[in-house]
Amino acid sequence: MPVGALSHSPRGSRGFLERGLLLLVVLVFLEGIALPLGAASSPDTSARNGAAGHGQPDDHGGKLNETHEKKAFPVLKLEYAPIRMPFEISLWVLLASLMKLGFHLIPRLSGIVPESCLLIVVGLLVGGLIKLAGEEVPPVLDSKLFFLCLLPPIILDAGYFLPIRPFIENIGTILMFAVIGTLWNAFFVGGLLYAVCQIEGTHLSQVELLPCLLFGSIISAVDPVAVLAVFEEIHINELLHILVFGESLLNDAVTVVLYHLFEEYAAAGEVTVMDTFLGVIAFLIVSLGGVAVGAIYGILAAFTSRFTSHTRVIEPLFPFVYSYMAYLSAEMFHLSGIMALIACGAVMRPYVEANISHKSHTTIKYFLKMLSSVSETLIFIFLGVATVAGPHAWNWTFVSVTVILCLVSRVIGVVGLTFIINKFRIVKLTTKDQFIVAYGGLRGAIAFSLGYLLDKDHFPLRTMFLTAIITEVFFTVFVQGMTIKPLVDLLAVKKKQEAKRSINEEIHTQFLDHLLTGIEDICGHYGHHHWKDKLNRFNKTYIKKCLISGERYNEPQLIAFYHKMEFKQAIELVESGGGVKMPASVPLQVSMQNIQPKKQPPPDADRALPQFTKSREEEIRKILRSNLQKTRQRLRSYNRHTLVADPYEDGWGDYLLKKQRMVDIEKRMTQMTNYLTVPAAPSDSPTLRRTRLTSDPSAFFTKAPPGTVPTIQVELASPQSPDSVNLVDESSKKGVSAQGPGPKSGADPTKEQGRMVNPPSAGKGETGEEKEGEGKNPALLRCLSDPGPSNEDEEDEPFLS
Amino acid sequence: MGSTNSTLSKIPNVEELMRETGFSPAHIVRLYDRFESLDKEKTGHLRPEDFGAINRLATNPIGDRIIGAFFSAGQETLDFHSFVKILAHFRPAENHRLRDPSLPEPVNSRTSKLKFAFQLYDLDKDGKISRAELLQVLRSMMETQVTEEQLESIADRTIQEADLDRDDAISFEEFRKSLDRVNIDHKMSIRFLR
Repeated sequence: MPVGALSHSPRGSRGFLERGLLLLVVLVFLEGIALPLGAASSPDTSARNGAAGHGQPDDHGGKLNETHEKKAFPVLKLEYAPIRMPFEISLWVLLASLMKLGFHLIPRLSGIVPESCLLIVVGLLVGGLIKLAGEEVPPVLDSKLFFLCLLPPIILDAGYFLPIRPFIENIGTILMFAVIGTLWNAFFVGGLLYAVCQIEGTHLSQVELLPCLLFGSIISAVDPVAVLAVFEEIHINELLHILVFGESLLNDAVTVVLYHLFEEYAAAGEVTVMDTFLGVIAFLIVSLGGVAVGAIYGILAAFTSRFTSHTRVIEPLFPFVYSYMAYLSAEMFHLSGIMALIACGAVMRPYVEANISHKSHTTIKYFLKMLSSVSETLIFIFLGVATVAGPHAWNWTFVSVTVILCLVSRVIGVVGLTFIINKFRIVKLTTKDQFIVAYGGLRGAIAFSLGYLLDKDHFPLRTMFLTAIITEVFFTVFVQGMTIKPLVDLLAVKKKQEAKRSINEEIHTQFLDHLLTGIEDICGHYGHHHWKDKLNRFNKTYIKKCLISGERYNEPQLIAFYHKMEFKQAIELVESGGGVKMPASVPLQVSMQNIQPKKQPPPDADRALPQFTKSREEEIRKILRSNLQKTRQRLRSYNRHTLVADPYEDGWGDYLLKKQRMVDIEKRMTQMTNYLTVPAAPSDSPTLRRTRLTSDPSAFFTKAPPGTVPTIQVELASPQSPDSVNLVDESSKKGVSAQGPGPKSGADPTKEQGRMVNPPSAGKGETGEEKEGEGKNPALLRCLSDPGPSNEDEEDEPFLS
Repeated sequence: MGSTNSTLSKIPNVEELMRETGFSPAHIVRLYDRFESLDKEKTGHLRPEDFGAINRLATNPIGDRIIGAFFSAGQETLDFHSFVKILAHFRPAENHRLRDPSLPEPVNSRTSKLKFAFQLYDLDKDGKISRAELLQVLRSMMETQVTEEQLESIADRTIQEADLDRDDAISFEEFRKSLDRVNIDHKMSIRFLR
């Protein structure tokens, strides 16, 4: 890590820096050399595309010759042609990934310059090297490659992880910016460019109106890739992020329609009123059709995921394949592929996540992130390479006017639209917000690829357009991208709040939702909340039943949220080296009794793990209890089932390594749990620890009111009961008052050791005695009647080798 | 509008009402029409049964609490003034910078909105949300089969998170603090009441 590097001695940090730079230089050279070398070593040096086919005749000719004169059998042969294509692709991907690695090794660079800029520079370098080597630069940003391979992963990643709630809440604003803003930009830029071109002295009078408008529509669309790349690093507040990002996603429909409209009619030379009317209809079809296609595939994916509980291994595949099919199907009909992808991802996510296992969820998440990251890196590098490739037709007037007009139109558009939008918003957009929205309108590779797609015959000025597009892209990415971060700091724009959502917020927001729905009903007003409530009900009664497997469809959102929180904490705890509270077997039995009458199959039994038989569970729990290291009682709730599965499989290897981190974690935990605990004594002997550990269940359990006893399904042990908190406080306080903080650790184990050594009944008596002084808790006595944990003396330490 | 004025004249002390709540005449008229449509027997007062007649409110998990909030302090009937005053809580708040700090807190400020919500939780009006009250709310919100243990775990967790002075209940300050990051203005405002 860069920070780690800086903390070393200056020599060390310089070493890192040097290494990083050296790495970069080496890689760039490697790439630059490999490609022309690849071209040179293939038997056919003339064409760079699909040389394999051309290579064949030569080879055959060579072989024929060989049969006539017998040469020595070639022990080692270099035949590059057949593997050329995959090799080059892999080399590009490798370069992209190594570049990304390299940038983060260099500490300060990634703070000043956004990654996208650096990658473009790398692309420029590589392209330059290739050109220097005398080879023709490959047309890497080929539109087919871009639209079919590079763009979908990024959009899918964005769509799958789209924060639905802020998106829907601001959908009106986003649509206004996306549709009307883009239209305004397109016509403003296109029209004024045409006007400028008509001016004498620019030698551009041959530029007609329609190509100009087409150019305007290409250049006016805010690019999601660039926006993502830059906004990811500035951590701006959620509202602004979703506004700009949502706009960049939804303006695809407008761009598609305008592009096709002008492209079609550029040949004809004029656009009639009928055509504009058809254009509007086309827009509706393109956008709504795209969303519909995406939604259909999304539902299919959700439905499929319902049945994957027996083949968890291929579970992650389905979201990817269905989404890609959605994209391709939409592209087939010239609908908006981007909107299809977003709709697919957003629709399938809640249902798929309810169905798939935790591991599949992690797989999907990381695979998506990985793919989108590589794609993004490749896109920027290719932008650089394509710039070097040319061909360019530089025209000062055209280019500079384009850049200026884009800025101006963006500002005017945003300000004007905000003025109108603020009349309808509850939370108004301030001037600062408007500035960021305007400034964050970056153009990127989509504009370039669209320009690349233009037909040379219909658009003789294609090269000039391309040059202007590239300049605009460079300007926005470099100038705006680099300065937006300091500007955000300067203007003190609200940043993203990193804290996770608390359960309080979740409960209260739901409560408020209900409240507002009720008030709306009282007022007789069919507002926001009314429709949201209706949708939720519909979702619950019909859709969830179809798409979510097992009984889980009944699970209220709050429970799911709660489970997620607990699960996360449990994983954190285990990763930090244990310290997890494992209550005794008794709670399980008690909870079993509690569960029988309800006659409800455990909703979460299938969620993350295979089914355990009761005895097996018993075994596992015993083993875990004896081997998880705990130095003090923890009153955190956790998901016992996931702990049984994961630490059993994953945690043990790291367990020994992570002992040291426990102390830090405990300190943190103390602050978080907010109660008086026995401080960790790191230098405890294993026996002492184990005694405390094994005694914990009994001490714990005796205080737990039966109501909070954990169930098989998910919920946690007693910990959360305030009663238990108080009681534990009392007991540890007791220990504290008796001795100072130092020997405290000694005092408790002795007491507990005593408890442990005696048979459960005697131990009960002792604890009962102890607790008498604190006032009889009827719940306590009830618990005491249950048998305590079985004697753990015989447990050896199999895992702590 | 002529009809507005005529309706306005039917309402006693309408200027005072408008001043207190900040509603415009059009809003008052709208609310008055609604009041009259709810008041089926034309007594000029609303009773809890009138609210119960609103179908959708019956399916709302906290419907009875909301009705209870209108009839505070054990009143049997609700007149138009109180009706409007309570609904004024849900008016979108104005720009805070313009407010004169010496004036009393407007009824639709963030604090008063939160207070109103708090009262819905705190039925026994002791100024705290106890664990039992929280459990009740949770039980009513989770309409489907949820085990008692799960509810209790959630309740415990909630209180643990929010309870700063460790008195095992959530006071108004703690309630307000836990909702720090939520945009209450946005969440507790009904657009058409602007």
